[in-house]
Amino acid sequence: MTSASAPSPAGTRESLRRRRPRYGEAVIKGVLLVAALVSVATTVGIVASLLPPTLRFFERVGVWEFVTGTTWSALFNPPSYGVLPLVGATLLITLIAIVVAVPLGLAAAIYLSEYAHPRTRKVFKPVLEVLAGIPTVVYGFFALAALTPLLQDHWPFGEGPEVFNALSAGLVMGVMIIPTVASMSEDAMTAVPSSLRQGAYALGSTRRLVAIRVVVPAALSGIVAAIVLAISRAVGETMIVAIASGNKPSLTWDPLQGMQTMTGYIAQAGEGDLPTSSFDYTTIFAVGLLLFLLTFVMNAFSIRLVRKYREVYE
Amino acid sequence: MTVTVRKTPITAALQGRRRPLEPAFRVVLLASLAIAVVFLGILLAYVVSEGWGRLDSRLWTNFPSKLYPERAGAQSAIVGTVYIIGLTGAFCVPIGVMTAIYLEEYASREHWWNRLIELNIQNLAAVPSIVYGILGLGVLARGLDLGRTLITAALTLSLLVLPVVIIAAREAIRAVPGSIRQGSLALGATQWQTIWRQVLPAAVPGIATGTILALSRAIGEAAPLLLLGAVTHITFNPESVTDAYTVLPIQIFNWIKQPEAEFHTLASAAIVILLAILLLMNSVAIWLRNRYEKRG
Repeated sequence: MTSASAPSPAGTRESLRRRRPRYGEAVIKGVLLVAALVSVATTVGIVASLLPPTLRFFERVGVWEFVTGTTWSALFNPPSYGVLPLVGATLLITLIAIVVAVPLGLAAAIYLSEYAHPRTRKVFKPVLEVLAGIPTVVYGFFALAALTPLLQDHWPFGEGPEVFNALSAGLVMGVMIIPTVASMSEDAMTAVPSSLRQGAYALGSTRRLVAIRVVVPAALSGIVAAIVLAISRAVGETMIVAIASGNKPSLTWDPLQGMQTMTGYIAQAGEGDLPTSSFDYTTIFAVGLLLFLLTFVMNAFSIRLVRKYREVYE
Repeated sequence: MTVTVRKTPITAALQGRRRPLEPAFRVVLLASLAIAVVFLGILLAYVVSEGWGRLDSRLWTNFPSKLYPERAGAQSAIVGTVYIIGLTGAFCVPIGVMTAIYLEEYASREHWWNRLIELNIQNLAAVPSIVYGILGLGVLARGLDLGRTLITAALTLSLLVLPVVIIAAREAIRAVPGSIRQGSLALGATQWQTIWRQVLPAAVPGIATGTILALSRAIGEAAPLLLLGAVTHITFNPESVTDAYTVLPIQIFNWIKQPEAEFHTLASAAIVILLAILLLMNSVAIWLRNRYEKRG
């Protein structure tokens, strides 16, 4: 990449090389490297801020108790530190979001990549960008103030959703991650060489068949990467759940009830100015580390997949 | 990427006959896209219609109040947001651009540490924002004892959007043709002179676009700031970087949490202001991009 565009001085003839050493150049390179190391330091800082309080947390609470406990009431008396209700709520809301975002996002990507006239793309792509740029606090407000009342008024079967519920939060979060699914999948589909399409057309395929049988399978690793990244974003999303799904940790699969996710708990506990020395303070970090690990695994998987399809087609 | 099939009698015959699934599939795809667009429309219409009646000067001349919704405003939040944009930009743009220059112009991918830096940036871009809040709380606010202040918030948000700035700046730098570099080097310029006088000026529009988009992400971000003290009730404008602060998204969050309907109206009005700021920044970014693309 770089070496091709900027020929390295090593290749020049000895007589043409620097007559006097240019210390300035070396200093500049050093300064730039230090700037680049800021982002490495960020990762180190994240781990360094998460680990010590988490270790303090696990001095008091057993790992097994944390991972398998079914009650989370960290800030109450008597406290209980079973993380399953928070994890369950996170998974349920993420699942709802994915059910919304994957079909819609994928369909949008197929349309933009295989069907849309360039002029149509020029209209729709900014719309998706705007959708991605709306602050999540706005999405949360919409879920709580507009969608939940709408669902309550028109609920067809039995008792409707509570004021705080997982369903509204999940649905709105689904719309929030449509752009993630759509734009990354579209990138993957656009990277599929047109020779594959032309081959399929030559064999008599229709546009729909080319899209479904040729382009989507060829772009599959990129599409999976997009979905995994979207899941990771949904798991890490905070404001929508903090506003619309409530602060009550409960282990249930009923999306009409209120529940608290991992991020929701971190936000709630972090808002109160807990003293650094208190045990409650360490709970933020224990849940935070779990969240970080979960998203880290998904991100790493997604990055690998993207590299894979880039290697194949680019 | 569309492939145009030239109309011949055979293709025309093929297209004319049967295949009801073809248009149906197209309609389904378009409808999916339309759902997203319609949702965006409804969301904007809802917020504007809710907040319109309260969208007056009280919003930017008065300070927040928990008791009197009719008197409450968001001046401290608007001022706080402006401070945050400025400080975040001042921190993350130089570091981000320098990192991008290093990775594009100096780093050899043969060295494992350069690959590590790249991978690390890709991963950081997807770390949940609230984890950055934990970083800010643990390292900046408590560890370095900066407290829950404007500077802590700005530094945290800078780290949060740094990967976005780096990725955008790298793309802009990569788009500068190699021939420009070779020409400059051939005339005897050093590598840094080439970067500073040739590559960077050519990459500025792209870098500016990416930076504006990154900053607009920082403006809308609320989750990390929940942990960094922005939630407290602030009835004054910050005067120095070590002051307490609040920002628009957090003020909106506070109002949403109030049970009274008046506060929800107030929240809608503040959302309209927030979205207007974001729209303005995005328009500038898109304008820059289009202008740049036309020239290139």
